[in-house]
Amino acid sequence: MSFPWANEYTPKAPLMQWIDARLPLPRFVYNAVGAGYPVPRNLNFFWNFGVLSGLALMIQIVTGIVMAMHYGANELVAFGTVEHVMRDVNGGWLMRYAHANGASFFFIVVYLHIFRGLYYSSYKAPREMVWLLGLVIFLLMMATAFMGYVLPWGQMSYWGAKVITGLFGAIPVVGEPIQTWLLGGFAPGNAALNRFFSLHYLLPFVIAGVIILHIWALHIPGSSNPTGVEVKGPQDTVPFHPYYTAKDGFGAGIFFILLAIAVYFGPNFLGHPDNYIEANPLSTPAHIVPEWYFWPFYAILRAFTFDFFFIPAKLLGVLAMFASILLLFFLPWLDNSPVRSGNYRPMFKKFFWILIADVLVLGYCGGAPAEEPFVMISQVASAYYFAHFLIILPLIAAFEKPLPLPGSITEAVLAKHGQAAE
Amino acid sequence: MATLENTADEGVSAEGGGVRRRDFINIAAVSFAGVGGVVAVLPLVNQMNPSADVLAMASSEVDLSGIKPGQAIKTTFRSQPLFVRHLTPEEIAKADATDAATLRDPQTLADRVVDGKTQWLVTMGVCTHLGCVPLGAGEGENKGEFGGYFCPCHGSHYDTAGRIRKGPAPKNLEVPPYTFTSDTAILVG
Repeated sequence: MSFPWANEYTPKAPLMQWIDARLPLPRFVYNAVGAGYPVPRNLNFFWNFGVLSGLALMIQIVTGIVMAMHYGANELVAFGTVEHVMRDVNGGWLMRYAHANGASFFFIVVYLHIFRGLYYSSYKAPREMVWLLGLVIFLLMMATAFMGYVLPWGQMSYWGAKVITGLFGAIPVVGEPIQTWLLGGFAPGNAALNRFFSLHYLLPFVIAGVIILHIWALHIPGSSNPTGVEVKGPQDTVPFHPYYTAKDGFGAGIFFILLAIAVYFGPNFLGHPDNYIEANPLSTPAHIVPEWYFWPFYAILRAFTFDFFFIPAKLLGVLAMFASILLLFFLPWLDNSPVRSGNYRPMFKKFFWILIADVLVLGYCGGAPAEEPFVMISQVASAYYFAHFLIILPLIAAFEKPLPLPGSITEAVLAKHGQAAE
Repeated sequence: MATLENTADEGVSAEGGGVRRRDFINIAAVSFAGVGGVVAVLPLVNQMNPSADVLAMASSEVDLSGIKPGQAIKTTFRSQPLFVRHLTPEEIAKADATDAATLRDPQTLADRVVDGKTQWLVTMGVCTHLGCVPLGAGEGENKGEFGGYFCPCHGSHYDTAGRIRKGPAPKNLEVPPYTFTSDTAILVG
């Protein structure tokens, strides 16, 4: 939001004045991320992950476009051209490992971004639209990452494609025609590989478009902050530049160091060795698992091994998996507590950390084989996941007695640093 | 607006209840654009359906003579895996001992094999859950808790007749259409 005390853009150089009078693009940038955009002064490092997500998308687009110059989307050569990138293309191994690990890092920062939003209730009024658009981005990210993983045409690529398109096959009546339509055949093959390549190229630009809406929606009310108390006056804010550009730059430095460690010293740590075996339509690997960032959802899918009235287990699992994400679209209306920040919500805080533990358990079970005790644990953990959002959150909102909120952001900051508020 | 409409009264038909020719033109134009839009979108959607080369149906001939009792082979039918299994008498007895009515997808072994050739179980090697190839056809692979097939993707167990017994899969392994061309050969498809 442009608070009344935001700095005015006043170009001094004649060229900038000439541009500003015709296409005020520099003014737009100045008001969006420059000194013309005041931001709460108390943001902590959990507010770094939005910028880091954008950075991760840029890494993916740049390394992806570069690799598309050397990749062949044909089932006969795809696996070979990826090895060609690794062995022959100048620095190709770096591009590929940066792209593959970049996807993992993209999900790491986005999960932290989402959990920041959950803890500080960044989804509450007036920021519901920011949250909803964020979930759209998350769904697009998962679709994009899935199709990208198919392209090397390894074993996990092939069987991942079969299973994920099979999810649509679970829909009654129209399911199988949809699956056939998605694959362009009865099993993954050249047609599927070709179209996934085309769509894997397209979707990141759709994501970029939705990110613009996400930021636009954010800039109407402005950022939330760790106290959840809204900005009351100029003393509560500092200009985005240079204060938060510098802080985001610091976060980006840490991000790049960690990404470099992964790319240079453990490039295959987050991947699956079976994807170094070329796709074999006659044999599913015994230790098939999806990418780690899908594990919690995969665990929910696998937890439903029983029929429920007229709904077969297969459809139930698919519904539950999609519901686990779609549920989040209703979150702003499920949590009715007027207090935003988890810092002032003693009961909410406890259940928030139980939810985090629950999601980690789900993730662990999703990566484990489909055997006992993991099936039983994922059933309990899935039930808890849904209970948290559908039962526990509304109940907490009704019964919790929140701690007293600070009078303003500035008051909270001064109290933290041992000074009396003015 | 009202005054504007009144001035266009040469378009108002007497018996049309105030419906003007211009309204008709409006509806016709929008309908035309709508139909045009659908006609443009249909081929854009349909191009993703299986192409002619994919649809070119194939049938596969399988020679059974080399398969010993207790063994199974994997071959392909329409680019998907096909399991051919030579059941042992114990496996047949085990399949027949199960009360079919209690199963998720009730079928007896006799429903799933050709009369008089009970020892030959021919099924697609495609798990009916999300389409992985179950283990159990190869030498030393995990046959699951019911001695048939085990799907590693989400833990579905199939018995010696290829029927779903445990896990998320909804149906028994599909039996494709096939005929015996001789005592030791079948034609699938």
